Amino acid sequence: MAHEAEHHHKETFITKYIFSQDHKMIAKQYLITGLIMGFIGIAMSLLFRMQLAWPGEASPVFKALLGKWAPDGVMDADIYLALVTIHGTIMVFFVLTAGLSGTFSNLLIPLQIGARDMASGFLNMVSYWLFFLSCAIMLASLFVEAGPAAAGWTVYPPLSALPQAQPGSGLGMTLWLVSMAIFIASSLLGSLNYIVTVLNLRTKGMTMTRLPLTIWAFFVTAIIGVVSFPVLLSAALLLLMDRSFGTSFFLSDIFIQGEVLHYQGGSPVLYEHLFWFLGHPEVYIVLLPALGITSEVMSTNARKPIFGYRAMIASILGIAFLSTIVWGHHMFISGMNPFLGSVFTFTTLLIAIPSAVKAFNYITTLWKGNLQLNPAMLFSIGLVSTFITGGLTGIILGDSTLDINVHDTYFVVAHFHLVMGISALYGLFAGVYHWFPKMFQGRMMNKNLGYIHFWVTAVASYGVFFPMHFVGMAGVPRRYYQNTAFPMFDELTDVQILMTVFALIAAAAQLVFVYNFIYSIFYGKKGSLNPWNSNTLEWTAPQKHIHGNWPGAIPEVHRWSYDYSKTYEDGSYIIEGQDFVPQNIPLQPNEEELNH
Amino acid sequence: MTTPLILAVLALVAIAVWQLAKIFELSQLSRGKKSDSTIADDEDNNYNGYLLFAFLVFIYGITIFSFSKYGKMVLSIPASEHGVDYDRLMWISFAIIFFVQTITQFLLHYFGYKYRGAKGKKALFYADNDKLELIWTIIPVITLAALILYGLYSWTNIMDINDEGDPLVVELYAQQFNWTARYGGEDNVLGDASTRLIDIDKANVLGLDESDPNAIDDIIVKELHLPVGRKVNFYMRSQDVLHSAYMPHFRAQMNCVPGMVTQFSFTPTMTTEEMRLQPEIIDKVKRTNKIRAERAAAGEENSDPWQFDYVLLCNKICGKSHYNMQMKIIVESEKDFQNWIDSQKTFSETVIAVP
Repeated sequence: MAHEAEHHHKETFITKYIFSQDHKMIAKQYLITGLIMGFIGIAMSLLFRMQLAWPGEASPVFKALLGKWAPDGVMDADIYLALVTIHGTIMVFFVLTAGLSGTFSNLLIPLQIGARDMASGFLNMVSYWLFFLSCAIMLASLFVEAGPAAAGWTVYPPLSALPQAQPGSGLGMTLWLVSMAIFIASSLLGSLNYIVTVLNLRTKGMTMTRLPLTIWAFFVTAIIGVVSFPVLLSAALLLLMDRSFGTSFFLSDIFIQGEVLHYQGGSPVLYEHLFWFLGHPEVYIVLLPALGITSEVMSTNARKPIFGYRAMIASILGIAFLSTIVWGHHMFISGMNPFLGSVFTFTTLLIAIPSAVKAFNYITTLWKGNLQLNPAMLFSIGLVSTFITGGLTGIILGDSTLDINVHDTYFVVAHFHLVMGISALYGLFAGVYHWFPKMFQGRMMNKNLGYIHFWVTAVASYGVFFPMHFVGMAGVPRRYYQNTAFPMFDELTDVQILMTVFALIAAAAQLVFVYNFIYSIFYGKKGSLNPWNSNTLEWTAPQKHIHGNWPGAIPEVHRWSYDYSKTYEDGSYIIEGQDFVPQNIPLQPNEEELNH
Repeated sequence: MTTPLILAVLALVAIAVWQLAKIFELSQLSRGKKSDSTIADDEDNNYNGYLLFAFLVFIYGITIFSFSKYGKMVLSIPASEHGVDYDRLMWISFAIIFFVQTITQFLLHYFGYKYRGAKGKKALFYADNDKLELIWTIIPVITLAALILYGLYSWTNIMDINDEGDPLVVELYAQQFNWTARYGGEDNVLGDASTRLIDIDKANVLGLDESDPNAIDDIIVKELHLPVGRKVNFYMRSQDVLHSAYMPHFRAQMNCVPGMVTQFSFTPTMTTEEMRLQPEIIDKVKRTNKIRAERAAAGEENSDPWQFDYVLLCNKICGKSHYNMQMKIIVESEKDFQNWIDSQKTFSETVIAVP
């Protein structure tokens, strides 16, 4: 303990809890900020789901929460679009990018590779505070006079560029763009840090092929982020210029509200290309960390090595590479050359191959396991389930021909909510349940509340998003304030009500999680140092957080992280009475290193 | 009236869940000596294993339920030539999806149930099998290759927009929040147009070039009429923001982009009248009108009986009234179409001459 004191310089409340440069504290800051944003995003979805189920009906909830945007308690059409827009933005960027990747990359990269901290603690701190600033600006935009951005989370110009086109395209949109620009800066600082840390600070013996798959996922995610986020930044800046300085990057030949605007020569299609160059890799930025967490949680709780370790790495890399050349599948009917559509169909359907490999490998990991069905494990299994259900319909949407008639319908909404929304959220929950003791000084969450949380969420999310496919196949477009203008959609009202009721139930289940989370931080039962009997290095670090992670020397690594239930030829475990061999245990006499 | 009630109930449910969670938690704590409240034991593995199996049944159940209850609501009978091909590819894809979905979900949840943990149980150290992995790489490769080839073949056919077979030329013109259609008139050629030439005072709302002889006989209308069996080449324009011309019954959609002209083409195969006589459509109208009759009985608005019509919707978020940006489409016999179009005024007849 004397050693520990040496490493500690004097900490005030501010350096410890606010401007902390310690990766574990920053991870918690990311998590809590992400969760708060998540609950705002989910609450917004409940508001517009209620409008969809009971279109045009007055409600005191609307009146209370939306104020002037709900005259007489009836939701206004402009605020409906704003809610949809901000819900999407918050969930994709603030919750599933920063909240998921920010939390677990920060927490796990140094701990699992055996490093004292991130390569640059200062940049790491700056990264979080930029994220915080962008959250604050995004939330502030909700309160501007003309309302927040309302052009959909993709904010396609000209709708997003012209205040004449909708009220949300005024100051609200400017704040949206500023917030996103800061968010991107934050994400880039974080990603660069993750990449440098993984490449340079691995402990002795931790070769790239001994890294846990979590680290591989975070590492590759960071690379995708560095490659694609700057392109969104340029799109955002060019859009800002079109809006504020009269340039014509994305605008041309516009006649609106009785006048011809001066814009000439730009194209909204260019914006779509720039946006989706990030926008599509973004879904993998969201999903890969969740899959990484699943690999780790599933292997640990199955008491088995992850099946096909190298194939898993190959498929992560394959997905990462392909993800940067498939963006055009969002634009089959944007007016771009149909030949380009053929190319993107080809690359898009290719990405199903590494995805299928991953799904099959997860299933095989369960086979003949000794499954410890902890809440984290259930969320991981749930992730694979929604990943399959949601991913399969990608075969339809990725096919340019079939996309024609389901493009921008609820079929798309159902697809991406299952495959990336729900799946990534499950990854987030799995991570929180699993690494909670690592984050909060050994305290653990209550498993029974975890079970309630999982089962209600699992049933309700299928209840929301499975029937939604049918709404899409009936031709109902997304982003409609209400479907009452088309009698052909009348009979779908029942489905809308069903989905909304399930959405409300799912949201209620999250309260159980909130309770469990907050209660456990303060009163959770303290578990053992390595509660899940896991092999990875983070469980060798003391429960109490110290700067530098390990009080003494950093542990050395002698094997990969998946030696679960490994036996000698005679069937006896490598370490007697224990079905796992942590990475820091040297090879035993007569033991062969099986690193697949 | 029902909304506040439902909301109140849900708020109470939420509070109840919170309270139950608390009680549950406390009761666990008091029994804490017996079993640990944080890590799954054999009992947890057991009942969660059974629940995983039950969840599999739930997934199958909700699939069957959705198909039987909502299957009939999806777009039926395609009304265009390529629509038949489109639907075939769609159902092939669905067949593959359901096959894979049924099997993989079974394996996932069944393994979750079958291999649920127990004290003393030994997991199998099974880290790799090249043959297996090769199999489940190759099978998707072959399946996807087939789907890609079929898809690209259809796509190339659908998107090949040419002048063969004397197509009818129609412009679809989008603005917040309505549609306008323009026909080429006698010569079947659309006159030049630009947003810069729009002159509301002269009733030149689409910005046609008055000096272009092709524009003189153009016909501008608010209802889209199409002759059955004749190819239609659509040229789309937008004057303000992105819109999307979505004609779901024809399996047709294309964005309308300010600053450029986009294209789509299809051949309608069934008149509106014929479509109304299809059994699926008769059923749909019956179901819908039952709902609308109930609304009428309750004295609500938007409850007139409905008659089936093809429709053009906007399917790209375009602002406040996006949800109500539509135009009626009428497919009719060549003769009826000619009668209709002959009765329409040409651009030269509607444009107001400069005083």
